[in-house]
Amino acid sequence: MTTDYLFKKIDKIRFGVISHKMIKKMASAKIVTPELYDKEGYPVDGGLMDTRLGVIDPGLKCKTCGSKLKECIGHFGYIELARPVIHVKFVKIILDLLRCTCQECGKILLPDEYIKKHMKKFSSIEKRKGQKFKRVKVKELIVKLKTINKCPHCKAKLSKIKIEKPYTFYQGDKRLNPIEIRTRLEKIPDEDCRLFGLNPEVVRPEWMILTLMAIPPVTMRPSITLESGERSEDDLTHKLGDVVRINQRLFENINAGAPEIIIEDLWDLLQYHITTFFDNNIAQLPPARHRSGQPLKTITERIKSKEGRIRHNLAGKRTNFSSRTVISPDSMLALDEVGIPKEVAMKLTIPERITEWNFEYLKKYVENGPKKYPGANYIIRPDGKKKKITDETKEQLLEELQPGYYVERQLLDGDVAIFNRQPSLHRMSMMCHRIKVLPYLTFRLNPAVCAPYNADFDGDEMNLHIPQTEEARAEAEILMQVQTQLISPRYGLGIIACNQDAISGNFILTKELKLSREDAIQLLASIGIEDFTNFSNSDIVEGKDVFSFVIPKDFNFKGKTRAGEEVVIEKGKLKKGFMDSANLGSGSGLLIRNLHKNYGSAMTIDILGKLFRLGIKVLLKYGFSTGLADTDLPEESRDKIKEILSNSEVKVDSLIQSYVKNELNALPGRTVRETLELRILETLNKARNECGRIVFKTLDKNSHTLIMANSGARGNIINLAQMASCVGQQALRGERIERGYKDRTLSCFKQDALGSEAHGFIGRGFKQGLKPHEFFFMAMTGRDSLMDTALRTPKSGYLYRRLANSMQDLKVEYDYTVRNASKKIVQFTYGDDGLDVSRTEGGNINIKKIIQSVL
Amino acid sequence: MKKEFDLTSHVLVPKHILMNKKEVEELLEKYKITLNELPRISLKDPVVAKLNASLDDVVKIIRSSSTSGESEFYRRVVK
Repeated sequence: MTTDYLFKKIDKIRFGVISHKMIKKMASAKIVTPELYDKEGYPVDGGLMDTRLGVIDPGLKCKTCGSKLKECIGHFGYIELARPVIHVKFVKIILDLLRCTCQECGKILLPDEYIKKHMKKFSSIEKRKGQKFKRVKVKELIVKLKTINKCPHCKAKLSKIKIEKPYTFYQGDKRLNPIEIRTRLEKIPDEDCRLFGLNPEVVRPEWMILTLMAIPPVTMRPSITLESGERSEDDLTHKLGDVVRINQRLFENINAGAPEIIIEDLWDLLQYHITTFFDNNIAQLPPARHRSGQPLKTITERIKSKEGRIRHNLAGKRTNFSSRTVISPDSMLALDEVGIPKEVAMKLTIPERITEWNFEYLKKYVENGPKKYPGANYIIRPDGKKKKITDETKEQLLEELQPGYYVERQLLDGDVAIFNRQPSLHRMSMMCHRIKVLPYLTFRLNPAVCAPYNADFDGDEMNLHIPQTEEARAEAEILMQVQTQLISPRYGLGIIACNQDAISGNFILTKELKLSREDAIQLLASIGIEDFTNFSNSDIVEGKDVFSFVIPKDFNFKGKTRAGEEVVIEKGKLKKGFMDSANLGSGSGLLIRNLHKNYGSAMTIDILGKLFRLGIKVLLKYGFSTGLADTDLPEESRDKIKEILSNSEVKVDSLIQSYVKNELNALPGRTVRETLELRILETLNKARNECGRIVFKTLDKNSHTLIMANSGARGNIINLAQMASCVGQQALRGERIERGYKDRTLSCFKQDALGSEAHGFIGRGFKQGLKPHEFFFMAMTGRDSLMDTALRTPKSGYLYRRLANSMQDLKVEYDYTVRNASKKIVQFTYGDDGLDVSRTEGGNINIKKIIQSVL
Repeated sequence: MKKEFDLTSHVLVPKHILMNKKEVEELLEKYKITLNELPRISLKDPVVAKLNASLDDVVKIIRSSSTSGESEFYRRVVK
């Protein structure tokens, strides 16, 4: 290969309409017969599969260029149409041209002086808005000057041009046939074409009427040979066959002097076939179909839409060395591991180059072959030839193997892979994991990395990609490894952290548990701690000490729990407080943030994994279950709740009374009615909250349901209150329920009832069960919120996509300015403060701590 | 006669200051840029119109920022 390339810069691209001369010039064959093959199965000369148009059969040679299959790119042919035919794609502009030019002299329907005067205006419109607007402007002017009825040049009287879609033109009541239209278009002078934005050098209006048609090369419409040996032609070939057949018939009929009606009919048929050859999806036309009834895919359908050539083939992306399957959790995996099925590991490969030093090691895999794990699937010779390893070829390949060869070996534990879940909205959606080959058919991941992927295990699937070169692997490991993504660049706190059981487990452990020494050691051993040299010697070990044993010995930390109680860790010992979601959870975990700051990502991820497992193991050992009985209330608080609810009922009634009597004072900017609604909502919400408070106060703090809510693992007070006492007001679009029947929500209420119950207040808990009307109101809001999420997700997704695409080339330079791809400044200091959020603690810099650590 | 509203007194309109030649030079030197790399502002922008600015002047805009209190921004006046 030579390296002296010729570099040329494309200055501009000019589009035009192909002329009949050009069609003839570039064609290498004239097509005269619709037949494709002769009796022996060879392409017919002058047929649509003519070998002058290129070859698609192996063994044949192209008659035009002499090349074989795959070397010849194909050549155009042409057919001579018996009668001219309108090109559908130009119907619109043909109509404009006919309407804006004189029917007699062909000149544009504007007086010469007028054009001269306004030339400048026209070109400025063209420059600013494009040719299309110029054309619109010209059209507008002609209508305005009323020259539409009389030519300003030859004073000929003009009649109206109408169009009957898709391609029939009428002048007055007389139908214009393509020949007449063509002669009209020929008459339009070159200067007038320019006014329409047509450059007559490349677009003469009459070229929009076809007298010759280009036949695309066979290489763009190859036929397929079916298993039965039968040939199946491409849709385009079928369509072209129709065109050629009708064209021949038309020729014969004209030559034989057939009556005008028959010729007209055939002409129309030819027009139809040529139209559907270009576009088979025209509203007024029935689409051309196969015998089976499915519409033909012609030129426009090939290019257009998502499945078309542009979006599917040119802009589409596909990838090899990847895999996709359902995910499931495995907390015994490390955070940066991913479990992959053995079946997958045996299909995906990594190329490894044979050297003197790894020869024996790689030979082993080749010996194992593709069927015995760990094996190898292919070898690549130094000349680039790829050989599959099979039982037959194995012996020979083994002998051939030598340094310089590549072996595509199957995946092994410790290889790197890029793991991804769609929608890939942020950089944590694609992370680099270490592979762990496991039995069964799902990808396994540590539940702590669910948060960055936004994954759960209700059937989610994820993708896995295997980097194939050393460079790709290095890049993936340095930039994308799970460790590097611990802290979210959005808010500067840990995004990979404990969740659910891991939080409630650590909560129980650090709050109240006391373990026997044996139990404690077993617990710690089960999460992967092996060194117990400094472990306490007492028989009873505090849960806090077990927790402390996992964190580094020199770690100091001061923080707060969710409830605001103090948490103190001194020299790696939890002295005060307990663990909950404020310190362990994702998006808040300051403890994890500080571990990361002091000990780096590798150590944090190790500790985090251990803490996570510790929480789960604690629950496993001591049992953790939740039930409806946890929300049972004693008699006395039930009475209290009843009282609160009936009080609020009374209050609402008195509000309604004062509204009816017209004594209610309107709030500023509200009508009296709106005020009433607001006041009622306020009263009822207050009642619900009060109920919640009582529920929370009276429920057993040691019940597992409460532990979950208190530790922040799952659920909150409102959820509890809804179960135990009062579901609360059901709201549609921020208002009480108003819809339904005339003047009332449901037929069981009085008309114009304003009371709380009639508008969707549910003063009962799930445990007591809902009344039918309450259930109905809930179903209303339930459906509403379901629809809302279903409709909002794609909308916000698209919004995000637009934002992300518009900002993708912005970059923070070394002088802290944000600049775009052409180095223009967008912001003078990144974020106005120049802070890298992922280096902060929740967006702030703790200066006090820095000073303390320095002193 | 209706009293004309002074838009620069509005809370949502940040302070615009016309920079002199020396200041502009220093700014361009500081960021190692030409006028071309600066963000732009229209000559017809109501505040710029009041400043009596001409083409290729640079306007310094001081606005309050939630992250840093006050931030400076520079824009080149264009047509």
